[in-house]
Amino acid sequence: FSFYTGAMDSRGFQQGCFNSFQSSSSDEDLVDIPGTAMNFSLRDDVPPLDGEIEEDKSYNGGGIGSSTRMMDFLEEPIPGVGTYDDFNTIDWVREKSRDRDRHREITNKSKESTWALIHSVSDAFSGWLLMLLIGLLSGSLAGLIDISAHWMTDLKEGICTEGLWFNHEHCCWDSDQVTFENKDKCPKWNSWSQLLISTEEGAFAYIVNYFMYVLWALLFAFLAVSLVKVFAPYACGSGIPEIKTILSGFIIRGYLGKWTLIIKTITLVLAVSSGLSLGKEGPLVHVACCCGNILCHCFNKYRKNEAKRREVLSAAAAAGVSVAFGAPIGGVLFSLEEVSYYFPLKTLWRSFFAALVAAFTLRSINPFGNSRLVLFYVEFHTPWHLFELVPFILLGIFGGLWGALFIRTNIAWCRKRKTTQLGKYPVIEVLVVTAITAILAFPNEYTRMSTSELISELFNDCGLLDSSKLCDYENHFNSSKGGDLPDRPAGAGVYSAMWQLALALIMKIVITIFTFGMKVPSGLFIPSMAVGAIAGRLLGVGMEQMAYYHHDWAIFSSWCSQGADCITPGLYAMVGAAACLGGVTRMTVSLVVIMFELTGGLEYIVPLMAAAMTSKWVADALGREGIYDAHIRLNGYPFLEAKEEFAHKTLAMDVMKPRRNDPLLTVLTQDSMTVEDVETVISETTYSGFPVVVSRESQRLVGFVLRRDLIISIENARKKQDGVVSTSIIYFTEHSPPMPPYTPPTLKLRNILDLSPFTVTDLTPMEIVVDIFRKLGLRQCLVTHNGRLLGIITKKDVLKHIAQMANQDPDSILFN
Amino acid sequence: MATPWGGLPRLGASLSLSCLALAVLLLVRTAAAAKNSEDVRCKCICPPYKDIPGHIYNRNISQKDCDCLHVVELMSVREPDIEAYCLRCECKYEERSSVTIKVTIIIYLSILGLLLLYMVYLTLVEPILKRRLFGHSQLIQSDDDVGDHQPFANAHDVLARSRSRANVLNKVEYAQQRWKLQVQEQRKSVFDRHVVLS
Repeated sequence: FSFYTGAMDSRGFQQGCFNSFQSSSSDEDLVDIPGTAMNFSLRDDVPPLDGEIEEDKSYNGGGIGSSTRMMDFLEEPIPGVGTYDDFNTIDWVREKSRDRDRHREITNKSKESTWALIHSVSDAFSGWLLMLLIGLLSGSLAGLIDISAHWMTDLKEGICTEGLWFNHEHCCWDSDQVTFENKDKCPKWNSWSQLLISTEEGAFAYIVNYFMYVLWALLFAFLAVSLVKVFAPYACGSGIPEIKTILSGFIIRGYLGKWTLIIKTITLVLAVSSGLSLGKEGPLVHVACCCGNILCHCFNKYRKNEAKRREVLSAAAAAGVSVAFGAPIGGVLFSLEEVSYYFPLKTLWRSFFAALVAAFTLRSINPFGNSRLVLFYVEFHTPWHLFELVPFILLGIFGGLWGALFIRTNIAWCRKRKTTQLGKYPVIEVLVVTAITAILAFPNEYTRMSTSELISELFNDCGLLDSSKLCDYENHFNSSKGGDLPDRPAGAGVYSAMWQLALALIMKIVITIFTFGMKVPSGLFIPSMAVGAIAGRLLGVGMEQMAYYHHDWAIFSSWCSQGADCITPGLYAMVGAAACLGGVTRMTVSLVVIMFELTGGLEYIVPLMAAAMTSKWVADALGREGIYDAHIRLNGYPFLEAKEEFAHKTLAMDVMKPRRNDPLLTVLTQDSMTVEDVETVISETTYSGFPVVVSRESQRLVGFVLRRDLIISIENARKKQDGVVSTSIIYFTEHSPPMPPYTPPTLKLRNILDLSPFTVTDLTPMEIVVDIFRKLGLRQCLVTHNGRLLGIITKKDVLKHIAQMANQDPDSILFN
Repeated sequence: MATPWGGLPRLGASLSLSCLALAVLLLVRTAAAAKNSEDVRCKCICPPYKDIPGHIYNRNISQKDCDCLHVVELMSVREPDIEAYCLRCECKYEERSSVTIKVTIIIYLSILGLLLLYMVYLTLVEPILKRRLFGHSQLIQSDDDVGDHQPFANAHDVLARSRSRANVLNKVEYAQQRWKLQVQEQRKSVFDRHVVLS
């Protein structure tokens, strides 16, 4: 069962565990210090149960399916019962039923007085208010990240002498000395060589610029990794695999806390500015979920209920993607397809609202000017031709191949980092990778610019107004149009740009493998899109030149008329970007919707879909899982994949514990065990729950009780209840069993007993059992034979069994 | 179980939340704040035509005047060519908010500066202070922390000692020590045992 509890055993968890629950809030349990009893009830991330017991009366364990809640009103529910340990799975059924009870309670009370009516209305409204706040906060943080990242990226190259806070583009924004050939040069913007040795030209200036670039990159990376290491180790990586696991019911305390939020925001800007081959979309989802989790603490309804909180986190993830791409609908679909586990219809509408509010907030901060949300918004609408589907499908195949290659190599590298000496030097690793990236990136102008700028330049369709190297075409016509130009032969600039882009492609493919997964916040979307965009643009320019020089071939002459705009290389770049992103993440609908929201039109849906589908099929043929699922499996999280079918014919009795040679199932009896017996059972085993039976002979099932609740209740009883000693009998029935006189008083623990545990018979096929686990979100399921309790199946057993059936290592499942 | 100062960390949390809210409001307000008159421009890009070279014009003109004829310096262009030249030009009216950019960068740099100062304090200054105040007996570390040269290594002992006194300053220190312990646990999971986030 709980790996974490097993590891803590040697630290005296057994002696300390009774003391450590005194303060009853589970964030303290994360740090089980033997012998020190915590007097202060400090909470970081956990339902504050102190001082609010009166409200809690009907929300707590007494509401599990029992009709005797009136009796339980008289018994004070003990704080701490109903919360979860770190690195454990929640009980979805219990949380959902608790919320239903709470809602019923409020609705019934609302008829009594006006105040109660207002309370019920505000309770219903609180969800929407929470979504609004999440949208506002995520949008503002995304604006902060965007503006700061832009400024700091340009800081590697120079500084604006008139207004130190402007980046390169904004420094030259209102300058009159900008020329057509060189759109970037203006007197106010000084590069480092100009500041240090007051000259721009020459080899020495180049070396000074090179040196300053590498120095700034190393400084930013060093700051990022030290901040992560000292303040919030959970802030590293992308965050999406862990958020997927959290949304499926796992608990990682502190992962969505305020320190993680602050550090992730600050270090994300540093990591992006250091020129590393990573993006900020994945970490923005983590930032938005942190905002969601922190804001949940303001509302009672979401603070106390883990299942409701996960609904809010789904919506927050949608808001995160929405601000990353400026695509609210794409964000909601991403949350639905990739991140969330359960997605009820109510969440759909609320996620959309949160995503819209976030996008609107970002738009009003206006980080890029022109009210655009994303740097690479595409504005061309030239039509595509049917024969172009062939190169688009080729791009899809390339995307699929690259996706499979990336996943395999990245997982191998991350496994090496996990198991060998490489993992002991995270700071040095980050510095070395940054140094290599900076040294290799500076000479090539296409790797020197930030990746978002590169993508935006590649997506751009060349017109008369563009004077960059990539748009250096020869104009042999007499036209006054600035827009749709016919296909033109490439000039020298285009050929040199092609070479540089090819080198940039190779470098990006190699370096991203080593960058993703480092101990700084790192995202994956932008590097994959960059790889695809470069490949697409290369193919597009190739097709364009082929169409120009061989316009008499059958294909081109039938579809392209002479002197018209036939091939748009920018479109190929877009399709390539979509193909590579789909190959790595295996996104389908959400990818197409994000891409078409980026372009603002439905014209290119068919090419995008063709490429996305092809890349997904090719990548699926080469490897089963996307990058996030592969990382989940690498870390051993207890994530039960909801999309795959279980296709084997095993039965429940093949999977259940105890196995044939194991000792019998550890059970508690309903009214014949003493406090001391129960404490012995708890200290001798590490199971997270025990079935309760009528008696050991009959093995007829009464219910299921959790270890944590037992420990808290017994401790509480020993302190508060009169006369409870080690020989007191514990009973789970409604009324105390008849006791001879002069025995110590009995202890009733019926309110922590789950009276409706899920059971299957031993001959139930595992397909059905796996389906039950998935659909209901169970943690454990009891197995009966002819009505008598036989064994138990936990989620970890199910995961191990699935891994065994798929010939993977079943011992890699670490958590419960 | 509710001590009078048990609400202190809640207070801290709500204080930080209100600070965050204040920062958000500030950001949104400066975004919608009075537009700086220098923050608008009319950008006209004119490609080369015959012997007239290409040029980019940035002028501080209102939106209704933002077209080629108002912006382009007509002195350099001959009469019959003006129309053809201007047909190829593309003029766009753009706005930005330099105040937003300035405020954002200042907020970001100040938070970064504070964090760096705190990090320097925690890693360098505090161990030196503790060593001076409590002498060398403090440095005896338990078995679990052998080889743990990370910051917060002596948080266990400080926690045990500070349990006795009950004033505000000690509550704050206790909260800080608890936080350090949590971070230490996180660091062990992520960096040492490689159990999470590998």
